[in-house]
Amino acid sequence: MASAQSHARRRAFFLVLPLLAFILITFVAPIGQMLHRSFHNDGFTMHEDIGTGVRTPIMTNLKAWFDANPAGTEPTEEAFAALAADMVVLRELKAPGQAGTRINYELSGTRSMFTKAARQAKKLEAPYKDAFLDLDKDWLNPDLWRVMRDASSAYTFNFYLAALDLTRSSDGSIEKVNENRQVYVTLFTRTLFLSVLITFLTFVLGYPIAHLLATLPLRYSNLLMILVLLPFWTSLLVRTTSWMVLLQSQGVVNDSLVGLGLLGDENRLQMMYNQMGTVIAMTHILLPFMVLPLYSVMRPINPSYVRAARSLGATSWTAFRRIYFPQTIPGIGAGALLVFILAVGYYITPALVGGADGQLISNLIAFHMQKSLNWSLAAALAALLLGGILILYWLYDRLIGIDNLKLG
Amino acid sequence: MANGKNDDAFVVFDRVQKSYDGETLVVKDLNLTLPRGEFLTMLGPSGSGKTTCLMMLAGFETATHGEILLDGRPINNIPPHKRGIGMVFQSYALFPHMTVGENLSFPLEVRGIAKSTREEKIKRALDMVQMGQFANRRPAQLSGGQQQRIALARALVFEPELVLMDEPLGALDKQLREHMQFEITRLAHELGITTVYVTHDQTEALTMSDRVAVFNDGVIQQLAPPDQLYETPQNSFVAQFIGENNTLNGVITAIKGDLCEVKLDNGEVIDAKPVNVSKVGERTCVSIRPERVEVNPARLQPGAHTLKAEVLEFIYMGDIFRTRLRVAGNEDFIVKTRNAPDQVRMTPGTQIDIGWLPQDCRALDA
Ligand SMILES: Nc1ncnc2c1ncn2[C@@H]1O[C@H](COP(=O)(O)OP(=O)(O)OP(=O)(O)O)[C@@H](O)[C@H]1O
Ligand SMILES: [Mg+2]
Repeated sequence: MASAQSHARRRAFFLVLPLLAFILITFVAPIGQMLHRSFHNDGFTMHEDIGTGVRTPIMTNLKAWFDANPAGTEPTEEAFAALAADMVVLRELKAPGQAGTRINYELSGTRSMFTKAARQAKKLEAPYKDAFLDLDKDWLNPDLWRVMRDASSAYTFNFYLAALDLTRSSDGSIEKVNENRQVYVTLFTRTLFLSVLITFLTFVLGYPIAHLLATLPLRYSNLLMILVLLPFWTSLLVRTTSWMVLLQSQGVVNDSLVGLGLLGDENRLQMMYNQMGTVIAMTHILLPFMVLPLYSVMRPINPSYVRAARSLGATSWTAFRRIYFPQTIPGIGAGALLVFILAVGYYITPALVGGADGQLISNLIAFHMQKSLNWSLAAALAALLLGGILILYWLYDRLIGIDNLKLG
Repeated sequence: MANGKNDDAFVVFDRVQKSYDGETLVVKDLNLTLPRGEFLTMLGPSGSGKTTCLMMLAGFETATHGEILLDGRPINNIPPHKRGIGMVFQSYALFPHMTVGENLSFPLEVRGIAKSTREEKIKRALDMVQMGQFANRRPAQLSGGQQQRIALARALVFEPELVLMDEPLGALDKQLREHMQFEITRLAHELGITTVYVTHDQTEALTMSDRVAVFNDGVIQQLAPPDQLYETPQNSFVAQFIGENNTLNGVITAIKGDLCEVKLDNGEVIDAKPVNVSKVGERTCVSIRPERVEVNPARLQPGAHTLKAEVLEFIYMGDIFRTRLRVAGNEDFIVKTRNAPDQVRMTPGTQIDIGWLPQDCRALDA
């Protein structure tokens, strides 16, 4: 008996095994890896040969000097000698680019200093300090030495600082970056603001539709349901590009307004390549995610509740406000959470229709993944986003209760 | 409560018709006058239009034709919330997100009644249905019968003059149902409320009501107090629908005063009371209540009719015996006899004589 049960349990486990493996491989592992990358970057400490896979520590001499001297110490001749020795190693490993890139993440314009110094590594002679200064005056820059000190340990929180528009001053204290380089905080706030706005708009538009869906006779409501779901069945790209066709300044909407004489030809509305474009297109695309949870809580609400309220003396508005609406709150919560989380991480639509000021944080993450190749910063931005959403989720649970959530 | 002028016609349905789809009439030519304080039950099979009538009265459906008057005023232009009609729904419709107390408070709040008065009324209403200690529960934490009582209290708490109840006891077990039937009638009479009660349980209709309106197919078949309904059904639908009934089919051969002669399909001739038959040669359905049939020849009253019968089945039911007979070709002829000491228990297969008084035997439409 017991063995039959455990046999059955083992069988059941083997059945879910593929799913478990799938989730581990496609979800847990990449996210874990990404989180790790956001505070771990060994570009300045370890070189891995792509061909052989051999891992060699780099910048070991400099690291030894950093360990021996406290932060803020002026780089001495000894330090430059260590740097020169490390440059030789870098040259042999063909790794100066890698080390330079790591420093360049935090101090732009420094990558070339590394490649140049490594090229000359053999010719560098004592006094090393002067030799380096001959190559580039910036070798004495205290910021450079601070960054190198930080980077000489693979573990760092500097990427999180960067993701919050913060940096370390040369004495190691945290300060705001130069005003014209502050981008991330603005983008985070914009992302939050636009997501809230989009969630609100989908709610305002979706609530009546869901109500109609839930109360109409079945044959009409089925048709309406198809209309609501239609966006699901067309490619995201097609939908977004059709918004471009509609909204651009030479687009259908502007043409019709001008054609009808409602708008002068010279003041066509700018509805695309700005925040408005992002908001309109994303509201449309995310609308079903609001409508469906709402519909699923509204459908089973017996119409006799509202009738009872009316017979008890409530006007139709009071009956709605006090009887119908409170019963739909779980659906509102679920829809809002769903739309909000999707909106916060949305990428394609803002990239296509957002222009410069309609970009969201995910567009910047993509930029760091694909263009600047600063994966650690991308990871830090993503981790902050993830943390923010978890906090919101927690708040939601505290305020409304997660078991009040009804997804369908 | 009484205001004199409309006491005899508090609710009036005047030639009301209703169609949902514009083709079939769900309610056909309904005329009904309800005096103040009456307990009227609408009884009828499923789909006969009872709920529709209630919904029109409560204002959730509009009559396609005709007029409904409440206290002398046409109701069509009064929105539901201004009609002041208490309603108990078949599904109770207690607001799930509110406690029992809040449910009862709702009709008072929307009427702008002060908090202290509200609390007093809620308490009184809850005590009335013996649910005083449940004010802080949610509806989901109550049993079906308790929910039903709360629904009743909520419909009464704002002291409406008219209360509508749509099969409120449908979901309860027999015992609780009987208890609630008693409670509802008691409350209705104590408070002097006019009540329209819908059910398809005929016992419920008979025990509770001042008058019963039997519905079929959107038409009131008979509107009468329970005893008249049972004893003098006006047509064969009512005779069949209310209580148990034996029918014998035949043709009218003669009508003389308040008796007529019916030739049954097997050739026997009996006397019956003509109810809605008018001419000789018409087919008829003769109805006799099982308890009006006498199987003991010694007890037959003078003037009674006798017929041959064969016992087919004997069922012992405790207080009564139910015997199935073959009479004039009908194999479903039921006789009920009281379980008295001198009562014989008939054995299947025996031939007996049965009899009844001609006035208990009603010739109705076929
Ligand atoms: N909203 C509606 N739309 C269309 N037809 C309806 C609607 N409501 C009821 N009907 C039809 O009207 C007829 C009468 O319905 P009603 O609900 O009044 O019956 P009822 O006597 O209350 O039956 P029951 O005892 O089953 O509750 C039925 O044939 C029903 O199908
Ligand atoms: Mg009904």
